[in-house]
Amino acid sequence: MADSVLKITNVNKSFGGLKALNNINLTIEKNKVHAIIGPNGAGKSTLLNVCIGLLAPDTGKVLFDGKNIIGKQAHEINQMGLARVFQTPEIFTELTLLENVMIAALAKQEGAFKFKIFRNLAEEKAMMQESIDALSSIGMDNQMYDIAGSMSRGNKRRLELAMCLVQRAKLLLLDEPTAGMSRHDTNQTIKLLKKIKADGMTKIIIEHDMHVVFSVADTISVLARGEIIATGTPDEIKNNPIVQAAYLGGGNE
Amino acid sequence: MHIKQKRSDLLVMSLFTIIVLSMPVWLDPVGANYPDLLQKFVIFGIFAIGYNILFGLTGYLSFGHAIFLGVGSYAAVWSFKLLSMNAVPAVIFATLLAGVVAALVGYVSLRRSGIYFSILTLAFAQMFYNLAYSVLTPITNGETGLQLSLDDPRVIDRLVSSAGEGLPVPELFGISMSGYSGFYFCAVMLIMAFFLSLKIFNSPFGLKLKAIKSNQHRMKYTGYNTRPYLLSAFIISGMFAGLAGGLMAVTDPLAGAERMQWTASGEVVLMTILGGIGTLYGPLLGVGIIKYLENIFSAINEASLQSFFSFMPHWLNEMMVMLVSPFVGEGWQLTLGLMFMLIVIFLPGGITEGFQKIKTKLTTNQKIQQGDE
Ligand SMILES: Nc1ncnc2c1ncn2[C@@H]1O[C@H](COP(=O)(O)OP(=O)(O)OP(=O)(O)O)[C@@H](O)[C@H]1O
Ligand SMILES: [Mg+2]
Repeated sequence: MADSVLKITNVNKSFGGLKALNNINLTIEKNKVHAIIGPNGAGKSTLLNVCIGLLAPDTGKVLFDGKNIIGKQAHEINQMGLARVFQTPEIFTELTLLENVMIAALAKQEGAFKFKIFRNLAEEKAMMQESIDALSSIGMDNQMYDIAGSMSRGNKRRLELAMCLVQRAKLLLLDEPTAGMSRHDTNQTIKLLKKIKADGMTKIIIEHDMHVVFSVADTISVLARGEIIATGTPDEIKNNPIVQAAYLGGGNE
Repeated sequence: MHIKQKRSDLLVMSLFTIIVLSMPVWLDPVGANYPDLLQKFVIFGIFAIGYNILFGLTGYLSFGHAIFLGVGSYAAVWSFKLLSMNAVPAVIFATLLAGVVAALVGYVSLRRSGIYFSILTLAFAQMFYNLAYSVLTPITNGETGLQLSLDDPRVIDRLVSSAGEGLPVPELFGISMSGYSGFYFCAVMLIMAFFLSLKIFNSPFGLKLKAIKSNQHRMKYTGYNTRPYLLSAFIISGMFAGLAGGLMAVTDPLAGAERMQWTASGEVVLMTILGGIGTLYGPLLGVGIIKYLENIFSAINEASLQSFFSFMPHWLNEMMVMLVSPFVGEGWQLTLGLMFMLIVIFLPGGITEGFQKIKTKLTTNQKIQQGDE
């Protein structure tokens, strides 16, 4: 299929005796938000870690843009256009918001390594402007000289998203982007996710919060005990009896 | 913004140049204006500035940087012996060879991070120290140390003139490198080193190093191969150390393995932390304080203590001398250790942090007063 970004075929992964992923087949289509839901311990994070090369599956293939990514290093996968947001926001806490975004922009501009020391940051006008634009797209350009570590969790998450935006990633992986957030921060994040949906960035999102899932996802896959038990549009999933039995019925989180 | 940055760089550099070159003037009142000590200030200044590029920016704590100091010294003395008494080739060789050795040591040590990295560098330091006394004696001349001798070839010098009587001294196109001229030569090197460090701090490269210190994991997922960045920082700081070692040989053409002992590596850690890790000026402040106090404390002996406390009754005098004497002279390291403990406990960000605290206190006080009015 020409318009698939990520193709996962026959992926298996066990931890000792525990089968965390059982013969997973999944295709992520371009410009779609694909949510993966499932109860605790279903294997969602494991699946995401396989997608970014952090975990090598026991068997199976993961193709990103037609290229194999298994065995590649984290920075190589990012340079291919696959960006990731962690379950707990990870940013450069000692640096300013602007510096955080500039680091991401520089990675896109200069690649994985570049040794050039006789250059001022101020000389990088275009890169700086791009970073400021990314910050203003998440509404944080008025605090760009603040130290990133002092922000709320919700704002850290938004900063992380700005870092992915400035890199114009082809595929963005989000692991519980609203975990541990207040209602207000969650709603802000939903708004932001909807807004950047228009940018045509493909996303995989893992989420517990059904409210978030049903408001942003185009396609939903349900994972339970390491298996994908259903894939479909939000409406299809809502009305799927197997899903209701396995997940939605059993205590909506 | 671009022009503003250039201008402030220029301002910083001119101020720094003036301060360094006028050291003999403003250090005179505190009794620190003699060439030996001045040379120490600037040479260790280069060492600490370079060390700060690794430790301050990336957070990687190396206990092996004295290796490069030693390598620099040996390289410079060999340059004096084989090529010429001119300081320029000596300094170039010292810097380059230290860079090569740093590339090797860094390549291996940087396979690990955190405490394991520190232990690896410490192991390397111990290894080089021992090698200097054993396998490498043909190069290092073992315990005697590497010295100049009358029958050194000095091929370049011999092209121009025949050997004179007595041992030659290092020179810069005819200017002898002992005393004040030696200091000024080192000072110019320090200014250049500081300029490079300033450039690194303000460059995207420096920003990336700071980001590695902040969150290396994130850095990898942002698309950076962090290892070559760390290795570059390691090599640069090793070359600064090599330059410092070379200058030690320029001002005193003798190289011994004790320069590579781990205590020498530890000293530069102390200087950086005392002054303020990761700040541009902090390490220089640390160097100034430690070398100045070392100079004072290590010169004190029991006799001078007795006369210092002579106003006291005899028994008290004796007691005071007994109490204080372990901390002076040879025991200066004890004072240094105490001082270091106090700083780490009460001012972990070093003296620059102390200044910062005082400054914010003063400004908030001012604001409160203005609020009262
Ligand atoms: N590194 C590991 N070693 C051993 N077992 C692991 C490891 N990582 C995950 N597991 C196990 O694999 C299963 C799937 O874990 P995973 O983290 O993928 O679940 P999840 O769907 O992300 O859960 P949650 O909703 O709690 O985040 C769990 O039973 C977990 O205990
Ligand atoms: Mg998880």
